[in-house]
Amino acid sequence: MANNTDVEIRYLTPVAVDVKKKKYCRFKKSGIKYIDYKDPIFLKKFLNEQGKILPRRLTGTSLKFQRKVAIAVKRARHLALLPYVTDMMK
Amino acid sequence: MLSNYETVFILTPVLSDTQMKEAVQKFKKLILDNSGEIVHEEDWGLRKLAYPIQKKSTGFYFLFEFKCEGTFIQKLEIEFKRDERIIRFLTMKMDKYAIEYSEKKRNKAKEEQTKLEDK
Repeated sequence: MANNTDVEIRYLTPVAVDVKKKKYCRFKKSGIKYIDYKDPIFLKKFLNEQGKILPRRLTGTSLKFQRKVAIAVKRARHLALLPYVTDMMK
Repeated sequence: MLSNYETVFILTPVLSDTQMKEAVQKFKKLILDNSGEIVHEEDWGLRKLAYPIQKKSTGFYFLFEFKCEGTFIQKLEIEFKRDERIIRFLTMKMDKYAIEYSEKKRNKAKEEQTKLEDK
């Protein structure tokens, strides 16, 4: 009986175990308080290929900062630092 | 009550160097004449626009950070609209975090410059 517990259970194909990576708000983690609209390279992290703002459920940003990101992106668009519509941005 | 504001504007690329400086000088003077106080100014130079504005694909970017009365902003924006050399502008009231951020950024830039000079 004691032997049984030592035997490793093997599967033919590895079982897909979702190890979900915990999402976090990067602003809270690194203590950023102000999101600069003049920095399009940074803001691109929150856009998809078409230049749309990524939802919170994908980026993990907290609500407070998601609002600020949205404002910053919109300001950058107004100043032609970011495009309103595009394709293959990345 | 003086508050901090930040304004970015884009000038048409068809201007010559002196014309461009003249336009910038005009707005600087406008701020100073209305008991404003310029904290910082930045010239980003000729940049490519992300999308064409008035059929132009480039523009001269300028940034002013200044302190002034809130009532003056309206006057400034009317002046921006009237001036045909300006193709786009954005004025923003800075909150305490924005002021902190821009100060930090300036100090960093200053440090780097002194480092370069030392070398």
